[in-house]
Amino acid sequence: MVHILSLKVENRAGTLSRIAGLFSARGFNIDSLTVAPTEDPSVSSMTIVTHGDDVVIEQITKQLNKLIDVIKVVDTMGRDYVQRETALIKIHTRVEDRAEALRVVDIFRARVVDSSRNSYTVEVTGDSDKIDAMINLLRPLGVKELVRTGKVALAREGTRC
Amino acid sequence: MKLTGSAILIECLKREGVDTLFGYPGGVVLGLYDHLHQQNDIRHVLCRHEQGAIHMAEGYARSTGRVGTALVTSGPGATNTITGLWDALMDSVPLVVFTGQVPTSLIGNDAFQEADIIGTSLSCTKYNFLVKRVEDLARTIKEAYYIAASGRPGPVLIDLPKDVTFATTEFSYPDSVYLRSYNPTIRGNKGQIKKAATAIRRARRPVLYTGGGVVSSGASAELHRLAELIRCPVTNTLMGLGGFRGSDPAFLGMLGMHGTYRANMAMYESDLVIAVGVRFDDRVTGKVDEFIPNAKIIHVDIDPTSIRKNIQVDIPIVGDVKHVLADLIGILEEADGPLFDTAERETWEARIAEMEAAHPLGYKTSSQSIKPQQVIEKIYELTQGNAIVSTDVGQHQMFTAQYYKFENGRDWLTSGGLGTMGYGFPAALGAQAAHPDRLVITVSGDGSIQMNIQELATAVINELPVKVIILNNHYLGMVRQWQQLFYNEHYSHSYLAATPDFVKLAEAYGAVGLRATRPEELEAVLLEAFRVKKPVFVDVQVDPSENVYPMVPAGKANFQMVFSDPDDAHPVPVPDRIPGQAPAKKSPARASAEASAATPADFRD
Ligand SMILES: Cc1ncc(C[n+]2csc(CCOP(=O)(O)OP(=O)(O)O)c2C)c(N)n1
Ligand SMILES: [Mg+2]
Repeated sequence: MVHILSLKVENRAGTLSRIAGLFSARGFNIDSLTVAPTEDPSVSSMTIVTHGDDVVIEQITKQLNKLIDVIKVVDTMGRDYVQRETALIKIHTRVEDRAEALRVVDIFRARVVDSSRNSYTVEVTGDSDKIDAMINLLRPLGVKELVRTGKVALAREGTRC
Repeated sequence: MKLTGSAILIECLKREGVDTLFGYPGGVVLGLYDHLHQQNDIRHVLCRHEQGAIHMAEGYARSTGRVGTALVTSGPGATNTITGLWDALMDSVPLVVFTGQVPTSLIGNDAFQEADIIGTSLSCTKYNFLVKRVEDLARTIKEAYYIAASGRPGPVLIDLPKDVTFATTEFSYPDSVYLRSYNPTIRGNKGQIKKAATAIRRARRPVLYTGGGVVSSGASAELHRLAELIRCPVTNTLMGLGGFRGSDPAFLGMLGMHGTYRANMAMYESDLVIAVGVRFDDRVTGKVDEFIPNAKIIHVDIDPTSIRKNIQVDIPIVGDVKHVLADLIGILEEADGPLFDTAERETWEARIAEMEAAHPLGYKTSSQSIKPQQVIEKIYELTQGNAIVSTDVGQHQMFTAQYYKFENGRDWLTSGGLGTMGYGFPAALGAQAAHPDRLVITVSGDGSIQMNIQELATAVINELPVKVIILNNHYLGMVRQWQQLFYNEHYSHSYLAATPDFVKLAEAYGAVGLRATRPEELEAVLLEAFRVKKPVFVDVQVDPSENVYPMVPAGKANFQMVFSDPDDAHPVPVPDRIPGQAPAKKSPARASAEASAATPADFRD
């Protein structure tokens, strides 16, 4: 089962190593991990996507909580969270494909953020399924390069976390 | 007043009540050593290897309940502490280790004796700090001692660049620590404790299974009270020995791989296991599905990650063992009606007595050779459980756990989680430094003692009169036992052909060396060792073919214990040369030919 863990951690050298080290030492999986500053400069937010059965997820959560640099861990599973991911996708665009490319961009409410004679770079934001779907539609046109940010998550207002 | 980093460090140690420091100097910590030289409040014990220093700090910590402190230089000095850090982490020993570091301007440049000790020790410390500014030093030290000692105790490392020890700042020591991300749970959840009380009152065949957590939280009195109140037998893990008095009739002995039959079977047949300050280690559980198939489980531990890590439990309680037990006792004492059914308890105790009668701990004595078990029994008889006892790792460790009856958990120093050969002697030195007037004994093996044997110099110079009883079987005995039982008697590299003459070796260091080779010599030699006011090595020549029983073979369930060598077992080949003695009559070739066992390749001299 895939779980998205939303963490608040101390913004210190070593925090990321400790967390990454925990996952590797105990054989837990990391599907994606993002770190970013928060409104408080001493705190970073981290979103970790991982998978495992309930016992494993419980251990991961407890082990993370045990780390002294971790302030708070929330498993977003079953809670009301907004999740987003952004991707930048560079596609080949032969003249005859441009209309199709722009149509896909439009459908997904994405944007072309860079273009050259034979390529477009598209930016898309949404939940991961949406990004997967868009990439699938663009593939036949020829995806040259692709980067994804990994997920970030934030509790919806009005729910306790 | 402005102070240098070095002066601040020493001032902070005094404020933390540190009276002893175990260490070894080197380039980047010379400023610190210069300050140590100018004060008399803190005793510095100079070890002979930094691994020795850190195990000494462990022995000091375990035997006193206070944080142990070590100080080493950068690079190799720092990396030599890694085994001890792991050891302390696994066994929850509170330590603060100061490592010197190259000046901040050189960090990352592969400078002389630079090692990334922060990176290296990330996974084997509870927490570690690199202090980059002298202004942060005092607060960091305060936090380090707090983190090491609170919650589930563990080792904390502080890396100190050389320039920070020379820089100056205004000194003030914080009175308290607040770490927003670190709040160990001390009081257990009341509702859960009530549930536990109800389960206890319903239980017909309860067992208390208790570990190192009882010792670290100082909950021995509460444990005895609870056991008495609910009339419940108690078994201890290796780390938990002494948490419950070994001489108490309710004590079942240790459980697990080399535990007693009754302890393992009482667990197996129990309907309620009250697990306190334990972590369901694999050496305890054996095959985990068949460990305690019929029992409801209450699990009390301060570390939430210990709960449901290896086994599912019914009533988890996170909290400090001492507080949780006190609350539980309070609830039980106030309950209306009896806490148990006397007839049911009598049946249960009778059942346990049957288990004991079926397979008591035991061994055969001989008029010819000293049995290792006999040595431990003799030490117990002579000390009545009043000594501090440390061990190394191997057969001798298990024999000590089985045959010495510990009265106090803080008198028992062993490397349980990591199983570190070389732990025992320095740990005993650390304990002796803290308890100058007590009898401190190390039970070691001829293999283990050669790891950290250099600390004999530390013992002599610092007048730490530890008694090292070497159960000399000329083998890495525990390895040999497994090879005999599970590897077709292929004694691959477990025979220690060139064991030094431990008597002469002790004398060379200025300590006392004694030897016992025959059973009738044993008592007098031990008494002499305990009498002299100097460090002593006692070379006890024991029967090399003795194995540790009972034993749960790896991968088997605890109820599948075996009690003696298989009938077709061959005698173990014995060496022909015992240091300090006339050669034995048999050559190894003949001895093994007679035994019709394959001659181990190592026996070629
Ligand atoms: C540092 C280290 N290396 C290897 C081992 C593996 N090991 C466990 S017991 C043992 C044999 C110990 O021999 P000895 O000290 O003579 O004790 P005995 O079993 O003979 O009593 C070994 C090699 C260990 N526990 N620690
Ligand atoms: Mg040996």
